[in-house]
Amino acid sequence: MAENIQNSARQDDSLFQKGIKEGLFAGAVSFGMFLLYIGIVTEQNIHNELVYRFRWGALAAFVLIAAVGRFLIVTVAQPWLAARKANAKPKVEEKGLFRKHFLKIALVFLVFYPILAVTLAGTQGSLKYVDNFGIQILIYVMLAWGLNIVVGLAGLLDLGYVAFYAVGAYSYALLSSYFGLSFWLLLPISGILAAFWGMILGFPVLRLRGDYLAIVTLAFGEIIRLVLINWTDVTKGTFGISSIPKATLFGIKFDASKEGFAALFGLAPSSAYYKIFLFYLILALCLLTAYVTIRLRRMPIGRAWEALREDEIACRALGINTVTTKLTAFAIGAMFGGFAGSFFAARQGFVSPDSFIFMESAIILAIVVLGGMGSLVGIAIAAVVMIGGTELLREMEFLKHIFGDDFTPELYRMLLFGAAMVLVMLFKPRGFVGSREPTAFLKERKAVSSSFTKEGHG
Amino acid sequence: MEYFVQQLVNGLTLGSIYGLVAIGYTMVYGIIGMVNFAHGDIFMLGAFAALIVFLVLSPIIGLAGVAVLVLLLAMLVVAMLVTSLWNWTIERVAYRPLRGSFRLAPLITAIGMSIFLSNFIQVAQGPRNKPIPGLVNNVYNIAGISISLKQIVIMVVTATLLAVFWYIVNHTPLGRAQRATEQDRKMAALLGIDVDRTISITFIMGAALAAVAGSMYLIYYGVASYNDGFVPGVKAFTAAVLGGIGSLPGAVLGGLLIGLIESLWSAYFTIAYKDVATFAILAFVLIFKPSGLLGRPEVEKV
Repeated sequence: MAENIQNSARQDDSLFQKGIKEGLFAGAVSFGMFLLYIGIVTEQNIHNELVYRFRWGALAAFVLIAAVGRFLIVTVAQPWLAARKANAKPKVEEKGLFRKHFLKIALVFLVFYPILAVTLAGTQGSLKYVDNFGIQILIYVMLAWGLNIVVGLAGLLDLGYVAFYAVGAYSYALLSSYFGLSFWLLLPISGILAAFWGMILGFPVLRLRGDYLAIVTLAFGEIIRLVLINWTDVTKGTFGISSIPKATLFGIKFDASKEGFAALFGLAPSSAYYKIFLFYLILALCLLTAYVTIRLRRMPIGRAWEALREDEIACRALGINTVTTKLTAFAIGAMFGGFAGSFFAARQGFVSPDSFIFMESAIILAIVVLGGMGSLVGIAIAAVVMIGGTELLREMEFLKHIFGDDFTPELYRMLLFGAAMVLVMLFKPRGFVGSREPTAFLKERKAVSSSFTKEGHG
Repeated sequence: MEYFVQQLVNGLTLGSIYGLVAIGYTMVYGIIGMVNFAHGDIFMLGAFAALIVFLVLSPIIGLAGVAVLVLLLAMLVVAMLVTSLWNWTIERVAYRPLRGSFRLAPLITAIGMSIFLSNFIQVAQGPRNKPIPGLVNNVYNIAGISISLKQIVIMVVTATLLAVFWYIVNHTPLGRAQRATEQDRKMAALLGIDVDRTISITFIMGAALAAVAGSMYLIYYGVASYNDGFVPGVKAFTAAVLGGIGSLPGAVLGGLLIGLIESLWSAYFTIAYKDVATFAILAFVLIFKPSGLLGRPEVEKV
């Protein structure tokens, strides 16, 4: 008995020592890492010369956080995790009422979301919630669901998806401002044009696989953006195209005129109605995307995509035409990107090449992967967390009271976004909803162990 | 003709910078099969380290005669050390836990890391461009072609580093371990090679080369910015793919080619479309030779 206690005391002692050692090491490493970038700050003085000053306080804080953090991880978190793993019981899968009916609840919530926002925050106050959160998140949900067809279902790694978004947005912007065509006509046209571009990209990359495919799609996205910037006669270059006509509801315009929506229904003029209309529009587009995806998965072409993702050689051996399979995946994925793009142009009333940088592709791809590729619900959750989270950061005015007045939370938006991408991947490498269920099965659905399957070979 | 040779010189200078960065991409890809998207930002970190060392040291030792050489050396060495430390830590914290996970996981982590690093520098050092006064400004005229001392320095440093690097990979036990790990990680581990350590060292070497490239970039253009990592990074990655990803001579060749394409296109066609030309040529090469110029064709075993 006494021996036991002594043993565990010795173990604690060695753990403590190990923690101190690793903590000091982490402190030293972080000192080396941050000495130049945090310890010294470079600024332009009034003569526009670069000068530097030291920030020892900030450096000390970084080093201290690293050292103490590492110490705590070694002495507290790791033993706790190990103990939990040892004591882990086989989980009994029992879904609660909420999880069972999650989809229905989410749908009902979305339908009533603008009404809720208007009642709670007033007509003008609802703008922020409907536009910044609702529409913004739903655009990314739609884009991610569109990319999901290419990456999640067909397993083709596409790093240039934003190009199709740009094609859709510019199709609407250009055709409506040069030819005066209406939104409802241009919405399908944008989708079709984007789908054509998807096939144009698809043809040359048919033979490429994996990372080669990734770099060519990335290059394609950059080419589209550079052409938009440099073809100034048509696209007005970096200035972008402004005053793009708004969408209309059965011919009713959303403006302050007599025939406008507000006047027609006897409401006070407000820009909120247009936003609410847009919210329902993008919601409908999202649902269309989801519906098409779900239906396609049950069709031969969807099955072929998934087979292609799992094993291209087996696919060919079974007589699946990989050319048409890949091309349809690119085209249909691009089509939804095009829809989203024309919606984006109608919402903003302004498009410029700045909206279609590589970072957007990376964000969309991150949402698809973080959501657990192929899972529509997971992707939607990932979009809410990542986009909603970063939008939320804009609202964090109270942080100013903690960190001082020159603290701007917006600056940290992308920093935290990047960090969140890394952390989610580290703890949930398969994404939020990570289990892959076979869509085709005999009699009963058997779980596939994720470790047995490879994917994303392209 | 002179104009052409002039552009050739400019292109080779730019190309050697891309080549140095491309080696980092290609080595990491060869050894663990992941596209290290954050490598471009490691390059940017290197440029910033050199910039800060320059700012701190230049008032102390001055810019005359031998002092410039000392300064240059200090910039290179410190930048190499700091970025190596960063890349080592990043590999340890963000990539190693994901080894053996599914293919896209490390790629997404790397993209996240890239966003994180560029925004970290933006927050820590401010979003404005950081200009520095010229370090070496001599320009020589050889048979009608003007070559600046900067360009000579860049090419000499690159050539020296490549020689050292080539020696390490081909003639040292460490290089043998790297090549073995690249060919078959499991078998290498069975034969007593510390695979984790080898991979760490690969990241360190890649970062050191990127840091040198970053310092050279800073000296060449005289300016550094937090988002300098992306475009050179993508071009270096393009170079690695063009040369055949996984192949070290291919990375250098690809880098030089990209540099040449860029400067020749800017000289004879429109400068606005130089990146379009680079990417379009990449696409064409890959369509007709999908494994790159010097890459081994991927043999698939069923």
